[in-house]
Amino acid sequence: MELYELSLTQAVDMLAKGEVSSLELTQALLGRIEDTEPQVKAYLTLTGEAALEQAKAEDQARAKGQAGPLGGVPAGLKDVLCTAGVRTTCGSKILNNFVPPFDAFLVKKLKQAGMVLLGKHNMDEFAMGSSTENSGFEASHNPWDLAAIPGGSSGGNGGRVGAGSSLFSVGTDTGGSIRQPASHCGVVGLKPTYGRVSRFGLVAFASSLDQAGPITRTVADAALVLSVIAGHDPADSTSAPRPVPDYAASLGRGVKGLKLGVPKEFFVEGLDPEVEATVKAAMAELTSQGAELVQVSLPHTEYALPVYYIIAPAEASSNLARYDGVKYGLSVRAEGGGLLDMYLDSRSQGFGPEVIRRVMLGTYALSAGYYDAYYGKAGQVRTLIRRDFEAAFEKVDAIVGPVTPTPAFDIGQKVDDPLQMYLSDVFTLSTNLAGLPGISIPAGFSKAGRPIGLQIIGPHFAEETLFAVGHAYEQATDHHLRRPPL
Amino acid sequence: MKISPSEVAHVAALARLRLSDEMSAKLTVQLNDILTAMDKLAQLDTSGVPSTNHALDLSGAMRPDQARDSLDHEQALANAPDSDGRSFIVPKVI
Repeated sequence: MELYELSLTQAVDMLAKGEVSSLELTQALLGRIEDTEPQVKAYLTLTGEAALEQAKAEDQARAKGQAGPLGGVPAGLKDVLCTAGVRTTCGSKILNNFVPPFDAFLVKKLKQAGMVLLGKHNMDEFAMGSSTENSGFEASHNPWDLAAIPGGSSGGNGGRVGAGSSLFSVGTDTGGSIRQPASHCGVVGLKPTYGRVSRFGLVAFASSLDQAGPITRTVADAALVLSVIAGHDPADSTSAPRPVPDYAASLGRGVKGLKLGVPKEFFVEGLDPEVEATVKAAMAELTSQGAELVQVSLPHTEYALPVYYIIAPAEASSNLARYDGVKYGLSVRAEGGGLLDMYLDSRSQGFGPEVIRRVMLGTYALSAGYYDAYYGKAGQVRTLIRRDFEAAFEKVDAIVGPVTPTPAFDIGQKVDDPLQMYLSDVFTLSTNLAGLPGISIPAGFSKAGRPIGLQIIGPHFAEETLFAVGHAYEQATDHHLRRPPL
Repeated sequence: MKISPSEVAHVAALARLRLSDEMSAKLTVQLNDILTAMDKLAQLDTSGVPSTNHALDLSGAMRPDQARDSLDHEQALANAPDSDGRSFIVPKVI
């Protein structure tokens, strides 16, 4: 087995036993990046030299008995997370030259735990997209099939963990942006409960929906990363002041006696037959281990898409007002032009088409005369969606279903049809609207060899249940052990 | 038509965006398609339903009103397109 094929927990174990050094691991992953980056194109910034220096420092710390839980583990992060002294673009030309003066809260936690930063992963601009084709720099490719999208918006993360050139990654999920690329790239992706991980230093897209979480090879890996990044942060007023449980302890709980809800609204026309068959086979496996499947209904599922595409753009139009050419980022100052010209030129030249589309949509939904019909109405329907889940969770411990309606589609297939692109998030949006945790775990492959994920959704702060179900499934299957032919 | 070309121009001005004629025409079509899909929400009777602005029932987080460390001038201005070492410099306002 090559070093780059290791799971995070395997690597941590080998580091602890002295079977590999951080320097060896980091060199192996940098080599893997060099070999695969021309095809996958998933890094926006590489910090190879700094990584080698840091790996040596981590090896020294370990020799002194001072290694953290991720001591010496090399990994890249989504470029939406601020990294002190390392360019953070958010996939946008408007932040092409932005170097944050501070680390995001979760980045600080990862560094304290001993992570070695390899670089920053490509993404849809400002995390707006489902394919990484909206990156202001370049489209990333799926390591399983280079003609396919890796998913989005954390497509670089999915591609890199899938290809084995990042031992784990942290992405962000506003409407599916961790779970969807994880599903398409054959890896595990967890969107934690809203508030579980601090948003401080996470460049804001839609503040009531954004949540950071791990993208990893196994469920145990995800539990380990979450245990490092979760926790209360006084700098984020929406971060939950609750203790962080021992997530690793939940892995072995099994599914015996658990009630798993199957929402009939997730198995409807438009669901690809291969995805449906894969998800149903996964549910049968969980039943064979003692879980009970219960039919549930989430009657407002079909309204999640319009609610999301009002609320998220509305919040985005407000959040992205900060890109004005004054304090950082692209600033276009025409000869003889005034302040307003600077605003107009900087924003129009710095933002890509999807960001402009969403800022326009959000500004319209919040503008005088339309507020009640759009933003006001969407907030009310969001309550109905939340109540659907509350009613379902009175009957079941978790909900299972597909992550996406289809396996990864081809690059270029949906770029000119924003509504079609939006539909790829139809099964993931509602969990963000309700603030719930959801995980995608590898559940099989299409005949064309593209990965398919199983989604498990839990009540608020029930990440342990997701880990228990996901780990139990993983122990009985080998989809997560397959590696792409790259 | 849900949104007219003149409304697109008005919204672009509110959002501080300068759109080319081609971009405006394309956006008018796309925003109309998207807003038509949003009409689905009007089917639902939501009278008396409170709005959810946050998924968790969090109350305001308070902290003592005490001075703490923050970025110094040099750090805060490090990414500035133009500055005099104390302030951000912008083009003339009027």
